[in-house]
Amino acid sequence: MVRRCVAIGAGLLWAWSALAQPARGPAPAVRQHWSFTGALGHFDLTAVQRGYAVFVGSCASCHSLSQLHFSDFEGMGLQPAEVAALAATWQVPNGLDAEGRLRHRAARPDDALPSPYSGPEAALAANQGVVPPDLSRILQVYPGGPDRLYGLLVGYGPQPVRQIGHGFSNPYAIGHFTAMPPPLHGNEVKYADGTVPDVQAEARDVTTFLAWVSAPHLDQRRRLGVGAGLYLCFLAVLFAILNRRLWSDVRK
Amino acid sequence: MAGKPVCQNGQGAEPARQGRLGAWARAYGRLPLPADLNWLWTIGAILCAILVLMLLTGLTLTLVYTPDAGLAFGSVESIERRMPAGWLLRGMHMTGASFFMLALYVHLLRGLYYRSYLPPRRGVWLSGCALLVMVMVTAFAGYVLPWGQMSYWGADVAGKAVGAFPLAGGWLEGVFLGGDAPGTPTLHRMFALHFGLAFLIVGVVVGHIAHVHARGSSSPSARPAGATGVLPFHPYFTVRDMLAIVLVALAFVGVLCFWPELIVEPANYRPANPLHTPADIEPEWYFLPFYGMMQAVPFKLGGLLLSGGAVAVLFAVPWLDRAMDVPHSAPVVVRLGLTGLPVCSAVAVACAGLHHMQGVWMLVARLGMVGYYAYFLLYLPLAGRLWRGGRV
Repeated sequence: MVRRCVAIGAGLLWAWSALAQPARGPAPAVRQHWSFTGALGHFDLTAVQRGYAVFVGSCASCHSLSQLHFSDFEGMGLQPAEVAALAATWQVPNGLDAEGRLRHRAARPDDALPSPYSGPEAALAANQGVVPPDLSRILQVYPGGPDRLYGLLVGYGPQPVRQIGHGFSNPYAIGHFTAMPPPLHGNEVKYADGTVPDVQAEARDVTTFLAWVSAPHLDQRRRLGVGAGLYLCFLAVLFAILNRRLWSDVRK
Repeated sequence: MAGKPVCQNGQGAEPARQGRLGAWARAYGRLPLPADLNWLWTIGAILCAILVLMLLTGLTLTLVYTPDAGLAFGSVESIERRMPAGWLLRGMHMTGASFFMLALYVHLLRGLYYRSYLPPRRGVWLSGCALLVMVMVTAFAGYVLPWGQMSYWGADVAGKAVGAFPLAGGWLEGVFLGGDAPGTPTLHRMFALHFGLAFLIVGVVVGHIAHVHARGSSSPSARPAGATGVLPFHPYFTVRDMLAIVLVALAFVGVLCFWPELIVEPANYRPANPLHTPADIEPEWYFLPFYGMMQAVPFKLGGLLLSGGAVAVLFAVPWLDRAMDVPHSAPVVVRLGLTGLPVCSAVAVACAGLHHMQGVWMLVARLGMVGYYAYFLLYLPLAGRLWRGGRV
């Protein structure tokens, strides 16, 4: 009886807490269709590559991808020579010169992606006291998944203004305000395949890119799962037959 | 010429050793087992298979992992991103940990339900309980190693819990953390513990299995082997074990490849940040019942003792069960319900451990704790009198 009361009480409390969600929680994101979601999805690598261009054009000035090396970009369908050329467009710190000034050189494939700031203090000072988060695992650590990230990127009002102490209004941010200025305005990049680079297309591509960065081996993982699963099913059937025949002479 | 006798010795010893090894293998293959063993008796083989997988993947992961507060997170990231098949090795190690704990809990419950702990198998039960403790310590130490947010704050919570011991608490906390807060010394300690205990576990597992072989296996009916009939271990039980291992491997691949979010804690993909406490610090699912018990008691030492006692009480089970001479006296439904009591209690406490410990959840946790302890400290000692009285 006590347990039933507790169960009912727990149920009521849960229902109440679900109804009484704080009003300033992020708005539920509109469901989008993504190539990589679902148990058998796979990344659209052309979208990932377009997303890289958007990332370089709009995000990389504030956000780092500190866990990535340039060689990792081979995973989005680039050849080693293309990766070397891509790396060479980036500058990485290269020690100090005789006067103690920081030297730079063109990056090589085995370099890590450089951070846009020299340190957390510089990041704080440049962004009104908020450090832009590292994006290496953003889809893994950011609740809401790709739908919410996409919603956040396209969810700014028509004329966004920074409100002192709050930031920019955006229904998909926690507390409905984010410190991030609207990152995409359209036409940041030129798509080689002729796609019109409006805000929605750019947001889709950069979200796909960040999802790939967060789980670069997702496709291999799923392919392996299908292969290993089929093999194990076959093996299980064989063992089941063997087990059945073996035990058939044992009196129950 | 000087080397010749040595060489002859070597040649002479080789066939003898092979013969001994072969005889030993044949003896194990012929081991008579009760014919009425059911599928729950395959969990031991499943555990052995996962243990081998954990050892092999763990040893390869150590090739890249760096136990340093500044480098650990990055080294785990480079395992996942750049080490050949690193994502697979780490994935198998992470999934293996959850599967191992799950199989271990089922193995334990099987022993509890069929009363495998009764003489002459008390030693088997005790070595099994020791293995449980060692595996838990190893699992915790392993969870600290990636140095994500949950690793760091898990180590912080555990350090503070150890520090709650009277008298030696502060000293123990210092030994555990190697400083005032988790850091590089903690990682060195956890790495050594994780690595070293793995091999100790293998040793104790060998002893555990040898003990079962010496004392004979328990069986669902608990009748003497003469009444149930016996079958040789090979091929009857080896084939059944293999089938069980393949089926578990199928589930393993499912979690590893398609539903990793079942076992992966997203917060641990954020690097450890001593300046930012996560809103909810929660351990892996297999520690949740003990974490819940720790939280449900208002003072730290009490929580520590009650959650530690929940494991410690398992060691005393062979002596708590006073109905030694009454084999399986209760009806199956009653026995299932009674074994379900500690399970449901542990699940209730675990659910409470997931939530902020106040109000209803506090009550749920405390009731669960009472249910859990009542099974061991009230039901087991009184069961014999209960069922003997009922029969008379």
